[in-house]
Formats: sequence, structure tokens, C-alpha cells
Amino acid sequence: MEIFEVVVYFILLALLSTSIRVVTTSNVIHAAISLVFTLALTAILFLMLSAEFVALVLILVYIGAVIVLFLFGIMITRAPLGKNAELDNDKNKKLGALISGSIFFLFSYILINGFDGEVVVLSGSSTELLGEILLSRFVFPFELVSFVLLAALIGGITLARKDEALVDKDQI
Amino acid sequence: MIVQPVLVVAAALFSIGIYGILVRRNAVMVLLSIELILNSVNINFIMFDTMLADTMMQGQIFTIFIITIAAAEVGIGLAIVLMLFRNRQTANINEFDLMKW
Repeated sequence: MEIFEVVVYFILLALLSTSIRVVTTSNVIHAAISLVFTLALTAILFLMLSAEFVALVLILVYIGAVIVLFLFGIMITRAPLGKNAELDNDKNKKLGALISGSIFFLFSYILINGFDGEVVVLSGSSTELLGEILLSRFVFPFELVSFVLLAALIGGITLARKDEALVDKDQI
Repeated sequence: MIVQPVLVVAAALFSIGIYGILVRRNAVMVLLSIELILNSVNINFIMFDTMLADTMMQGQIFTIFIITIAAAEVGIGLAIVLMLFRNRQTANINEFDLMKW
């Protein structure tokens, strides 16, 4: 049990450092790669909380699809790939640190005062039960979310497609 | 496992994402920061699901829904950024001031 706690604290520290790197690095590719590490550490945390299906979905969908999409976005918008001092808005840095710091202190004050105790993590798989619940009690939201995904797919294609007839050159 | 450190780290991830949204200039980097915020919400959902030992597993189910909606959001967001880049030749959000008063 002692080893388990040490591993959890190590994962939490690594999670913090990689996520800080996502927002502070001046290299766009490094930011995307740091997000990969953040998501992978989150998946490990989910595995330790016996939510293995969600961990696998996180790895497949986020690291497999979303990050690749982000890298395509970075390369298509021709962001300078090396170090780039223009990436941050220096005027906003102090204000951003103030706002995010106050949000952090407020949230952690509430969470520390409101929730206490220890969790007993059950061993064994929860995927079978999750599938049963998802396709019985939550089948309507499940179908609805698949419809939303289809709508987003069609909307993304429609937005990104080059349509000469719709673009008025003089207006832009 | 103790509950509080995980919740505090999730709150820290949320505020780091807020910082990224406020400070970053590139639109793709702002979308990356939004992913950090959604990830912190996922950690909270899974932690509370384990803590409450819910028989319906609603925390895990909501996390799956959040991941799906986040994938849709990234697709639409990057399509919009691509469209803006095609029209303005930049991904700098300071220059997208067409709807500013």
C-alpha cells in the first residue's frame, strides 16, 4: 500500500510539471508533445482508480486522434516550428497569473474543506458493468452524443472545405 | 488512496488551462489549453465516481461523454481556425477583431 501512495504522488507531480510546460513553452510542437504526456499520465491515474475502459478511451481518442489533429492544425496554420517569442501575449501574463492563481486557491480551499477521507480502490474489471449501464439506462444520451459527433464531422468538413462560390474576394 | 491531493491537482490543471487561454496568442494553443481544462474535469469525475462507489457508474459514463464532445469540439474549432487562417493569413487571435466594437 505504501508503494501505491508513492506512485500516485509521483504521477501527480509529473502531471503538474507537464501541464505547466504545455502553457509556458515557447515551442508549439513541444506544447503538443507535453499534452501527450499529460494525457498519458491521466490515463495511468484512471487505471489506478480502476476505471480501465475510460483510460483506454482516453488513450485512443485523445492521444490517437485529437493530438494528431492538433499537429495537423499547427502545421497547416504555419506556426513557426522553432522557438517563438511572439507566442505569448506578455501584456496579459500578470493578469492571467493573478486570475488563474485566485481560481486555484478558491477551488482548492473549497475542495479541501468539503471532501476528506480515503478511497478504497476495488480490484477487478468494471468494463462489463459499464457497458451494460451505457446501453440500458444511458442509451438515449449515448445515441444523442453519436449524432452530435456526426453533426460536428459534417460541420467541420463544410467549414474547412474550399468553396470558391461562397468566398467573395472583395469583402475580406 | 487519499482523495484531497488528486482533487487539488485537478483544480491546479483547471487554473493552468485558464492561464493558457488568457496568455496564449496562437489560436491552436488556446484550443490546447481548453483540452487541459476538460482533462481536469475528467479527473474530478473519475475521482468522485470512485469515492462515492456509485452503482450506476455515472462518473465514468459522463467522462466518456465529455471525451466524445471534446473530440467534436476540436474538429469544429480547428476547422474554424483553418478558415480564419485562409482568409487572414494568420492564426494570431489578437488580429481577429472583426466583431469587436
